[in-house]
Amino acid sequence: MKNIIVVGNGMVGYKFCEKFVANEAAKNFQITVFGEEPRPAYDRVHLSEFFDNQDAKALEMAPAEWYSENNIKLITGERVSDINRSGKKITTAKDREFSYDYLVMATGSSPFVPPIKGVEKKGVFVYRTIEDLEGMLAYAAKLKAEKPDAKAAVLGGGLLGLEAGKAVLDMGLEPHIVEFAPKLMPRQLDSRSSQVLKLKLESIGLNIHLSKATNQILGDGKITGMEFGEDDVLDVDMLIVSAGIRPRDELAKACGLEVGVRGGILVDNTMKTSDDNIYAIGEIALYNQMIYGLVAPGYDMADIAVRQILGETNAVMPESIDMSTKLKLIGVDVASFGEPFMPASKGHSIIFENKTEYLYKRINVSLDGKKLLGGILVGDATDYSMLHQIYLNGMAIPENAAQLILPISDGGAAFGDVMDLPDEAQICSCESVTKGQICSVIENGEAKDLGDVVSCTKAGTGCGGCKPMVADLTNAKLKSLGIEVKDTICEHFDYNRQDLYQIIQVKGYTTFNEVLDNHGNGGHGCELCKPVVASLMASIHADTANKEYAIQDSNDRFLANIQRNGTYSVVPRVPGGEITPDKLIALGEIAKKYDLYTKITGGVRIDLFGATLNQLPLIWKELISHGFESGHAYGKSLRTVKTCVGSTWCRYGMDESVSFGIELENRYRGIRAPHKIKGGVSGCIRECAEARGKDFGLIAVEGGWNLYVGGNGGATPRHAELLAEQIDNETVIKYLDRYLMLYMRTAKPLQRTAAWQERLEGGLDYLKEVIIDDKLGIAEDLEKEMQTLVNKFECEWTQAVNNPEMMKRFSHFINSKEDDDNLVFVPMREQKMPEPWSN
Amino acid sequence: MEEVLEKYRTIQIEEVKVWFKAASVSDFPTDGGACVKYKNKQIAVFNFARINKWYACQNVCPHKMEMVLSRGMIGDEKGIPKVACPLHKKTFSLESGENLNGDLESIATYPVKIEGENVYIGFSD
Ligand code: SRM
Ligand SMILES: Cc1cc2nc3c(=O)[nH]c(=O)nc-3n(C[C@H](O)[C@H](O)[C@H](O)COP(=O)(O)OP(=O)(O)OC[C@H]3O[C@@H](n4cnc5c(N)ncnc54)[C@H](O)[C@@H]3O)c2cc1C
Ligand code: SF4
Ligand code: FES
Repeated sequence: MKNIIVVGNGMVGYKFCEKFVANEAAKNFQITVFGEEPRPAYDRVHLSEFFDNQDAKALEMAPAEWYSENNIKLITGERVSDINRSGKKITTAKDREFSYDYLVMATGSSPFVPPIKGVEKKGVFVYRTIEDLEGMLAYAAKLKAEKPDAKAAVLGGGLLGLEAGKAVLDMGLEPHIVEFAPKLMPRQLDSRSSQVLKLKLESIGLNIHLSKATNQILGDGKITGMEFGEDDVLDVDMLIVSAGIRPRDELAKACGLEVGVRGGILVDNTMKTSDDNIYAIGEIALYNQMIYGLVAPGYDMADIAVRQILGETNAVMPESIDMSTKLKLIGVDVASFGEPFMPASKGHSIIFENKTEYLYKRINVSLDGKKLLGGILVGDATDYSMLHQIYLNGMAIPENAAQLILPISDGGAAFGDVMDLPDEAQICSCESVTKGQICSVIENGEAKDLGDVVSCTKAGTGCGGCKPMVADLTNAKLKSLGIEVKDTICEHFDYNRQDLYQIIQVKGYTTFNEVLDNHGNGGHGCELCKPVVASLMASIHADTANKEYAIQDSNDRFLANIQRNGTYSVVPRVPGGEITPDKLIALGEIAKKYDLYTKITGGVRIDLFGATLNQLPLIWKELISHGFESGHAYGKSLRTVKTCVGSTWCRYGMDESVSFGIELENRYRGIRAPHKIKGGVSGCIRECAEARGKDFGLIAVEGGWNLYVGGNGGATPRHAELLAEQIDNETVIKYLDRYLMLYMRTAKPLQRTAAWQERLEGGLDYLKEVIIDDKLGIAEDLEKEMQTLVNKFECEWTQAVNNPEMMKRFSHFINSKEDDDNLVFVPMREQKMPEPWSN
Repeated sequence: MEEVLEKYRTIQIEEVKVWFKAASVSDFPTDGGACVKYKNKQIAVFNFARINKWYACQNVCPHKMEMVLSRGMIGDEKGIPKVACPLHKKTFSLESGENLNGDLESIATYPVKIEGENVYIGFSD
C-alpha cells in the first residue's frame, strides 16, 4: 500500500481524487487530502450563486461521505505547514506528521491584493471563498441598515471583477468598477468590444471608471473612499479587491521546490515538479511559464497526474492549452476564443458592431480565408459553441466568412450542425468529453436521454457553458438512430401536453387515475405530470382546483402561494387595479387582525403575507364578506389586467381603459392555462399600463384598439406583437378568446405565450391567418370553448370556505388545531418577516 | 437549526415501542398526505392509495428546515415511491428516505399500520 497525500482540497484537488479512485488500481493506494478551508471542496466557478441562496451545500463537489465511501481520508480545516522532502513527510499546522510516497500539490491561488496604503481597513474584501462572501453579505447588510444609499467599488475590471460587480448590484449597493487599464477585461477583449461591454454595463447601472490608479484607501478604521489623484476621489463604503491571483507557493518555496520568478511551482508536461515524488496541479502549477486561472486546464492536469502515478508514463499535457471563455455577466454574454487579438500580418478580422443593441462580434480568419483563428463575442454569444468548435477542430469555413457572424436575416448563420463535428471534437472542456464519447454512450444504449448522457459522461457538470450543445447533440444523435425525441411530460406518459389535451377532451376523463391507467406507462405519477393533467382537466371542464386537490401543484392545492417558511400569501382580485376606499380599509383591517405583512405587488394589487395554513380560510371568509374573491395569484391562470386610468381621468386618454380592463379581467379570471397569463390596457400610446409587456395588451388609438399578443416581462422580456389594429371591443374579445384558447390547446407545460408564439411555426403571420382569417376553420369552436369556461366560472375560495369537507385540508396538523410551532418571525420595518434561512 | 433534525431518526418496525393512533383513514386525502403531531415531532403521513400503501416520514425538509413535506405531492420515480417538497421540489424516497434528485441527507421514515379505520405510526419513544 502506497500513500498519496494531496495538499489542497479545492476544485482540482478534488478532481484528482475523483479521477484516481475511478481506477481499479486505486485500491493499492491510500489517499489523504488536506484542506485548509473548513468544508469539503466546492464549486468555486459558481461561487456567486451563493449570493442567491446562501446554500453552501449546493456548491459542494461531493459530500463529505463521498470521500469515506471511496476510502479517501479527508482532513478539512487543517493546513499543511511543512514538507520534509528527504524524509517524505509533511507536518500540519496542528503539528501532526504524515508520510507520503507521492505528494500532490493542489494549493491553488489566492487573490492578489496590491500594496495600496489603507487596504487593511474594514470593509475591504477579496472574492475567493465562501467565508469571503459571508463576510461581504454581513457587512453589506449592516451598511444598508445604516445608510440606504451605500456604495461599493470593485478594484479590477477583469473577468472576476465584473462578476464581483454583479454581486454588489445584487446586494443592493451602488456598484462601481475601478480599472487600471484603459479598457474592461483587458486580457480577453479588444478596445471596441470592451467599449460595447462598458456601454451595456452602464445601461444597467454599473458605474465604470477606467485608467484609474488607486493611491490610497481613505477612511478612519473603515473604508470611506478611494483616492486616485490629488482631487480625484471616489466615495465608497465597501471595496472588493479583484486584481488578479497569486499562486500559493509558500510551502513549495520553503522546501526548496523550483518555482517561477513570478510564483507558481514549476512542472513539466507530466505534472512533475523538480522533485520526482511531488506533482503540482491546478492554479498552483506553472506550466509553459503560465498559471492557468481556469478549471478546465486544472482538470486536465489532475488527469495527467493520476495517470502518471499509476504508471502511464506516456500521458502528458498538450503543448498548447485552450483559454477560450464564455460567460454571462449580469445578463450580458461575453466570449472570447482562440486568438482574440491578432496582428494583421497573420490574418484578417471581420467585425460586426451594433452599439444601439450592445452587440459586437469579431472573428479572425487566416490569410487564405480557410481557417478560423479566434474571435470575440459581446452581447450575444449563441454562436460561441459552434465557432469555438470550428476553431478547435480546424474545420473549413464558408467562403464568405462574414456569414459566421452576420444576423440570420442578412444571410448569416450559414454554418453548422453539431453532427458535422469530427468525433474528437471536445464538447465539454471542463470534463474533456468529446462528441465521440457522447455518441457512443447513446449508441451502446447506456444513455437514452439527456439526463443519462450527463450522468454517464459528466458532460456539462463543470462550468455548464456547453449544456445547450450537449442537448443539441444528444437530440440529433437520438434522431439519427431513429429514436424519436418526444417532448413527453415525464417518465409516466409517452405524450406531450398537446397530445394529452386531445386525449382528455375526446375521452372526457375527469380524474387523474383514469388518464394514468388508460394512457400512462404503468407508474404512479409524479410532481410533473399530476399538475399538468390537473390543469388540462381544468382547462377542458372548467373545474376549480378544489377538485381532486392532491394532484394540484402545491400552490393550487391550498389556493395560495407557499412562502419561504411554509406560510402563505393572500392576494384577492382587484380587477384592473380599481379599488374602493372601503375595500382598501377592509384589506388593511384584515391584515392588521391577522398580523400579515402587506405589500403592493408588481401586478398592482395587494399581497398579504405570512398566513398560516390554519388562518387561510378564516382570512378568506372575511375577505369574501367584503366582496373580494380569489386573485388566483397561485394558479397557472389569469393574474392581473393592468390598466391606466385612461379617458376616465387622463387628459390624453382615447378610451375607457379601466372599464375595458375590468371587463377582460372578469372574463378570463380563473381559467387554467399552461402558464400564467397577464393583460394590460393602456388609454393611449404613452402606454402607462405597459400593455406590450403582457401576454395580451391593448392600446387605445384613433378608431379603436390595437391588440398586441405574446409579450413577457420576467426572465426573458419580449414585447408583444401587433395582431390587429383599430378594432372595437367586441372584436377584441373575439380575437382574444381565439388566441388564448389556441394557446391553451397547444403550448407545452409552463410555456408562457411569448415562448409559445416565438416557436410557433409560421409565426405571427400564421397566427393572423388562424385567428383573423380562420384558415383552419376552428375559430367558432375556440370561441365556444372559451365561452363555456367563462360561463362556468366560480370563485374557488368561496367554494372552499362554504364546504366543510373542502375546509378540512386547511389545517397544519390532522390531529390537532395547533399551528406549526417551528415558525419564527422577526421584525422588519414596522412589519414582520420569516427568520432568514441559516443554510 | 440542525437540532430540529436530531429529533428525527428512522424507526424500523422491530424497534417500535409505541403505536400512536394518529387519525382515521378517511381523514387523509387519497394519494396525498397530511401532518401528524406526536409529542414534539411533526410527521408527514401519506396514503399512497394507488399502490395501497401508507408511508410516514419527518415533516421537516432537510433542504431549508421547513415543516412542509406533508404538503408535497407523491408519486414514483422509476418505481420508487417518493414525495416532492412543495418549496423547491427536492424529492425523497418514501421507503429509504434517500434524496433522489440531489445529495441532501436522507429523511427519517417511520412504520405505519392500519387497523380497522385507524392509522397508527410507530415510534420508539
Ligand atoms: C408578489 C409579486 C412580487 C411583488 O412583491 O410585487 C410576485 C411574486 C412572485 N412571482 Fe412574480 N410576482 C409579481 C409580479 C410579477 C411581474 C410584474 C407584473 O405582473 O407586471 C412579473 C413580470 C411580468 C411577466 O410575468 O411577464 C413577474 C414575473 C414572474 C416570473 C417570470 C415569468 C416569466 O415568464 O419569465 C415568475 C416565475 C414563474 O412564473 O415561473 C414569477 C413567480 C413569482 C412567485 C410565484 C415565485 C414563487 O413561486 O414563489 C412569487 C410568489 C408571490 C406570492 O407568494 O404571492 N414571477 N412577477 C408580484 C405579484 C403580482 C400579482 O399581483 O399577482
Ligand atoms: C468567483 C470566481 C469565479 C470563477 N469563475 C470561473 C469560470 O467561470 N471559469 C473557470 O474556468 N474558472 C473560474 N474561476 C477559477 C477557478 O475557480 C479556479 O481555476 C479553480 O478553483 C482552481 O482550482 P484549484 O484546486 O487549483 O485551486 P482552489 O480552488 O483555490 O483550491 C485550493 C485549495 O487549497 C487550499 N490550500 C492552500 N494551501 C493549503 C495548505 N498549505 N494546506 C491545506 N490546504 C491548502 C486552499 O484553501 C483551497 O481550498 C473562478 C474563480 C472565482 C474565485
Ligand atoms: S418575487 Fe419574483 S422577482 Fe422577487 S424573488 Fe420572488 S420570484 Fe424573484
Ligand atoms: S425546503 Fe424542501 S426543497 Fe427546499
